[in-house]
Amino acid sequence: MKELLDAIPYARFLGVELERGEAGLELRLPFRDDIIGNANLPAIHGGVLGAFLELTALLRLIDESGNAKVPKPINFGVDYLRSAGPKDCRARAEIFKLGRRIANVRVVVWQDDATRPVAAGYGKFLL
Amino acid sequence: MPEERNYALASIFGAGIENMLHHTPHALRLRMQVEKTGPGFAVVHLPFAAELVGDPGRGVVFGGVITTLLDQTAGLAVACAMKELRPIATVDLRVDYLRAAEPGKDLYAHVECTKLTRAVAFVRGSAWEGSEEDPFATCLGTFMIGANPVVRTGLKKLAEAEAEAERDRAREVES
Repeated sequence: MKELLDAIPYARFLGVELERGEAGLELRLPFRDDIIGNANLPAIHGGVLGAFLELTALLRLIDESGNAKVPKPINFGVDYLRSAGPKDCRARAEIFKLGRRIANVRVVVWQDDATRPVAAGYGKFLL
Repeated sequence: MPEERNYALASIFGAGIENMLHHTPHALRLRMQVEKTGPGFAVVHLPFAAELVGDPGRGVVFGGVITTLLDQTAGLAVACAMKELRPIATVDLRVDYLRAAEPGKDLYAHVECTKLTRAVAFVRGSAWEGSEEDPFATCLGTFMIGANPVVRTGLKKLAEAEAEAERDRAREVES
């Protein structure tokens, strides 16, 4: 999985790291100044959170299916729940259905407290 | 279009101005540029960069980067729909990936604010690399108005400075 993550230029650009804890696969997005969207708050750009969620969903799917073929996103939606401050983020994905052709995945991203997510994503991928 | 005067950002409507995204560090990092704005809409350009690629085999930009471009454009479209500038925050954004984008191409997004109420703004948009008639992604989203106490002061200052410059030019013409 680490090799796969390193092979994705955008994942390297974000500096995303892979962690495998007791709760399963987790991704970490280290904070840096150039991912800020609103400099006045400051808050991480909503698009970066969305991209981080989508990346987490994708990696979880590849990890689960053991399929070498990279799933293609059909659509991806993000609910923004709280503003994400200048801190690291963590995300974890759950596969709701792994069908023959389509997989439904839900993802959450949080900062200090996993029970207080800053955003939640839901996506469908073509396998 | 004299009614355009009623919009908070009317003075900067038209072709994009160099520093319209200067208040958003991440938009600057991705070298996004505003192409065009008008009443309730915005068009933003994202230059291709190898570091944004999601699928190295095909050389296509990662899907989430398209979300970033659409989110940025949508926020600007909402600001362009306001009579008086108020702080906004994305409530949700859903992107449909209609097809893969052409590898190595610059991307564009056009988002319209379809409805602005006191508390919520609704947006709809698309992204393309060749022609706007053939988008590779579409989006639907909502924004909360007055979500946080911080106004995008950068845009407001820019609009005020441009309105002032316009008044100066008008005075010069008169004298």
